[in-house]
Amino acid sequence: MSRNAKINALLLLAVAALAVLPLVLGLGDHKEEPFTGADAEAETAITEIEPDYEPWFSPLYEPPSGEVESALFALQAALGAGVLAYYFGLRRGRRQGEERTLAAAGAAAARDTPEGD
Amino acid sequence: MHIAEGFLPPAHAIAWSVASAPFVVHGVRSLTREVREHPESTLLLGASGAFTFVLSALKLPSVTGSCSHPTGTGLGAILFRPPVMAVLGTITLLFQALLLAHGGLTTLGANVFSMAVVGPWAGYGVYRLLRRWGVPLMVTVFFGAFVADLSTYCVTSVQLALAFPDPGSGFLGALGKFGSIFAVTQIPLAVSEGLLTVIVMRLLVQSSGGELTRLGVLLTRSGERKREAVAR
Repeated sequence: MSRNAKINALLLLAVAALAVLPLVLGLGDHKEEPFTGADAEAETAITEIEPDYEPWFSPLYEPPSGEVESALFALQAALGAGVLAYYFGLRRGRRQGEERTLAAAGAAAARDTPEGD
Repeated sequence: MHIAEGFLPPAHAIAWSVASAPFVVHGVRSLTREVREHPESTLLLGASGAFTFVLSALKLPSVTGSCSHPTGTGLGAILFRPPVMAVLGTITLLFQALLLAHGGLTTLGANVFSMAVVGPWAGYGVYRLLRRWGVPLMVTVFFGAFVADLSTYCVTSVQLALAFPDPGSGFLGALGKFGSIFAVTQIPLAVSEGLLTVIVMRLLVQSSGGELTRLGVLLTRSGERKREAVAR
């Protein structure tokens, strides 16, 4: 593994640790429902401050179940990851292509040079 | 982070939409200009939007025992300046509002203002300031993305506190309440976002050096010499 790849792997490891540590350390244990979304907690806080508040508009479409919702979230992540992977793959391919053309041109030039006759 | 559908009183919803609209219109103009003048940057623009898509779909656990997600707007703001992110962020928010019932149409204006306007500008500002002080590129990228993420959630807290001041302790009391829900939860996630943005920027430096130089993220040798001369 090159030095560059090692640094990237370490950075990824740090991100993973930041996500996993709250779970391992049980930081959600003090809650009735650990690790719910912060936006749902905000909704609760709003109803605490203003018990009479009624949302005056509801979503046009709501995923019928948690499974469908997580499927759509996965779709969103997959779309993004796919485009990112396409970008980096394309760049890498192009660079390799350029390098190969350069090498081939170099070899052809070397072959064409008359050698001592 | 998104304020849920119908959870802002109509007057607030309209006010935030009016505040966001000019930024989005201006963003559409800068985006079309960028694509027309530099068609080769379309791919990288797509990649910046894709980064926002991925990161805002990742709901991660945090130290407060709740979950939230990063925004991914810092990268695009650093690469293409903040106006472009007003558009890419809005697209992401629309996707989530329409398909996932996450955020909403009535709160779209407020959510655009926090995630697609203030976040990118705050992150970009910090990035530029640190660069001017000669801080190494990857450190400036980290703090740019960190601030873009965290400031988004601070704005969300302010928006909710303005709409729902606490009957006893008023605006500040409500700000403390919403801040502890959103901003504190977000701190470790903002660190994660900073690190992920650094990874992507490192890959970009390897693969797209020319593009980054054109965008002014990587400095050419003459640019560096100029900077050194200025520093002296």
